[in-house]
Amino acid sequence: MLSRVADSIYWLGRYLERAENYARFIDVNYNLMLDLPPDMKAQWEPLVYATGDHDLYVQKHKTFERKEVVYFLAFDTDNPNSIISSINFARENARVIRENLTKETWEKLNGLYHYVQRSADKKEWSKDDPRAFFDGIKNQILLLYGLADSTVARTEGWYFRQLGLFLERADKTSRIVDVKYHILLPSPNWVGTPLDFLHWTALLKSVTAFNTYRRLYGNIEPSKVVEFLLLNKYFPRSVFYCLREAESCLHKISGNGGQGYRNSAEKAIGELRSNLEFTDVSEIIETGLHEYIDSLQLKINQVSNKIHSNFFQIKDNFSHQNSFQE
Amino acid sequence: MKGYIYFIDFRKMDTKNYPVGDNFDEMFNEKGECRWHYSEFLDHLKKTSSKKISHLQHAANKNQVAMGMTFNVYHDNQGIEKILHLDIVPRIIPNQEWQHLEAGLKQRIHALNLFIHDIYNEQKALKDKIVPEDLILGSKDYLKPCIGLNPPKGIWCHITGTDLVRNNDGNYYILEDNLRCPSGVSYMLESREIIKRAYPDLFNQLGVMPVSDYPVKLLKMLQFISNKEKPVVGVLTPGIYNSAYFEHSYLALQMGVELVSGVDLITKGKKVYMQTTKGLEQIDVLYRRIDDTFLDPLSFNPHSLLGVPGIFEAYKAGNIALANAPGTGVADDKAVYAYVPKLIKYYLGEEPILQNVPTYLCREEQDRKYVLENIEQLVVKETNAAGGYGMLIGPKASKAEHVKFRELIKRNPTNYIAQPTLSLSTVPTLTDEGLQGRHVDLRPYILYGENIEVIPGALTRVALKKGSLVVNSSQGGGSKDTWVLYN
Repeated sequence: MLSRVADSIYWLGRYLERAENYARFIDVNYNLMLDLPPDMKAQWEPLVYATGDHDLYVQKHKTFERKEVVYFLAFDTDNPNSIISSINFARENARVIRENLTKETWEKLNGLYHYVQRSADKKEWSKDDPRAFFDGIKNQILLLYGLADSTVARTEGWYFRQLGLFLERADKTSRIVDVKYHILLPSPNWVGTPLDFLHWTALLKSVTAFNTYRRLYGNIEPSKVVEFLLLNKYFPRSVFYCLREAESCLHKISGNGGQGYRNSAEKAIGELRSNLEFTDVSEIIETGLHEYIDSLQLKINQVSNKIHSNFFQIKDNFSHQNSFQE
Repeated sequence: MKGYIYFIDFRKMDTKNYPVGDNFDEMFNEKGECRWHYSEFLDHLKKTSSKKISHLQHAANKNQVAMGMTFNVYHDNQGIEKILHLDIVPRIIPNQEWQHLEAGLKQRIHALNLFIHDIYNEQKALKDKIVPEDLILGSKDYLKPCIGLNPPKGIWCHITGTDLVRNNDGNYYILEDNLRCPSGVSYMLESREIIKRAYPDLFNQLGVMPVSDYPVKLLKMLQFISNKEKPVVGVLTPGIYNSAYFEHSYLALQMGVELVSGVDLITKGKKVYMQTTKGLEQIDVLYRRIDDTFLDPLSFNPHSLLGVPGIFEAYKAGNIALANAPGTGVADDKAVYAYVPKLIKYYLGEEPILQNVPTYLCREEQDRKYVLENIEQLVVKETNAAGGYGMLIGPKASKAEHVKFRELIKRNPTNYIAQPTLSLSTVPTLTDEGLQGRHVDLRPYILYGENIEVIPGALTRVALKKGSLVVNSSQGGGSKDTWVLYN
């Protein structure tokens, strides 16, 4: 597969997953704020912190009003990670490699792009209840996943897309957990109160994990929720699960039977995966949840850089001309 | 041209409602009777309500958007995608007429290929003064690096899309030989898919020859020009910002080959490689959709960032086949065009089967005099312009434009040719004001591989503006599906 094509497929996977997760973030925060006691102010700032776009946000806005935050995270094309930017980038990547996509996939993605553009034209963020829009985003992306699942051959391209998807999801799940760090309780006395409980529940719901968690763990306990979302071996949105899937995609690409590593990307992800595999949640709490998550995100980025240098980097055929002559 | 009566109801379609103008109409003869090869189609439409017809037209255009049959107009990162309007009334060509076209096109391509080979090698036609030497050797499209080249199997113009028109005498005339990178074949293929949905029964009933195997034939031809048994084939595109990008990716998808751009390729030891996730992989054949001079900055335009440095050396060494071969552009110049009938006689010893439009070369004193005196009746064209630009249609132009073009011609005579204004044939076309005759041209596609093969179909471009003779998509043209019949 052409390096340029693999690069675009990988980023197509990442951008779609990013858009889907942003829709989840906003949707869940919206729900959470509806449940707040009447005397408590809605908090949208934590969401901006968790996405990592806080610096850009404060350059553009003075307050963290809901409509401003929703606009920034969903419709602001100046924010390179917003839903609209992610969908635009996903479509641009798809256009470049259109001959590698099935007709249905292209047409659905095209439809999603037009849906977002239309919603932006209608100023969806200024509506009192914009949740239908976020549902639409989630559903259409899940439809694209389903379509790919039942039509795309399991060859190199598939694994590059899955690789992008799982790395992005690992990053985003870690950010969802981090939201809890940023959401402030009125005082430490509130830990363990119904409000605290509400926060954790919202977190689980944002990744469609509430019922699964209940079945597996029963009571809502902070450390159990952290364990579930970061370390669980079976839940398809846990960070560990995503990293293991991403690692196996890399193995499929290189033809590695599952032993050791064949390139620096496999080495980096293997180390990270085994680190999570043999970590206990109490150690994470001891390190500090926020600090642990920060370093996790950094390592995921390093894996992505290694993937780039191993597979996508193209030699500039202009400057290298001389070195290749006989 | 006589006026048309507006109407939309096909059931009333007869002499009274569709007066045939001075031009040739593809559907009705001069007495207003339906031509035999359209009679079944007309019968079908007479049974169809006008509401259904506008519905079919609407559905056809909607399908085009969904399929992404679009031209790209690009700025920022917002793709503005325009469709090339597809009219639902097809252009139908009976088999006997097609056979004549087919024979004429094969003859012409055969001669043009010999001519291109000749001017880059022995230059017999120039020495024998069939074509003035300076016209060829002085042309900016005559590529000196190609001198002495002998491309694989002696084929230069692998893919051609020749433009023809039908004059009011009922004869077809060659308008242009497009020997470089003719586009539009994807529209021929996709339009057929869409029009099939509009008339599911008619295709079988009338016996319409299929075009859908074009990508198979194209791939076969591309494989043929390589010496390898299982050559790696690719389509080379300038990239996503090119207006024909849809076609490039469409053809790569249909052939099941890689779509590559310059950045994907690298040359090493006079061989061309793709940069893949598993390292370098050699590529053997490129259907290149990049202009000659952008192909290789080392041999041609040094400022090109689209091409592949060193690819021309690899080509000369026989390590990669290119379709079309570099250098073919010199033969589809509008001035060289005038000599093609002579070239057919010279190389093949045959009379041309298809006629040229009489052409006045402004570089010749006598012709120039005639052009300057009769500019009001002539179409003046720049020899090296495409897309309907740099053109004057004498009878439709203002006095000021006549004056301007007279000056242009006097200043740079070699740059212009002139032809009598042809009255392009019409086909009934659905417009906002009902069904009206609109002028059309015809672009069949010819592949030159093991044999010369004319694909039984074509891109019929239609000038949607009333009375307009300019069919180019960039200037308000649309298209029609073209049905070549088995009978």
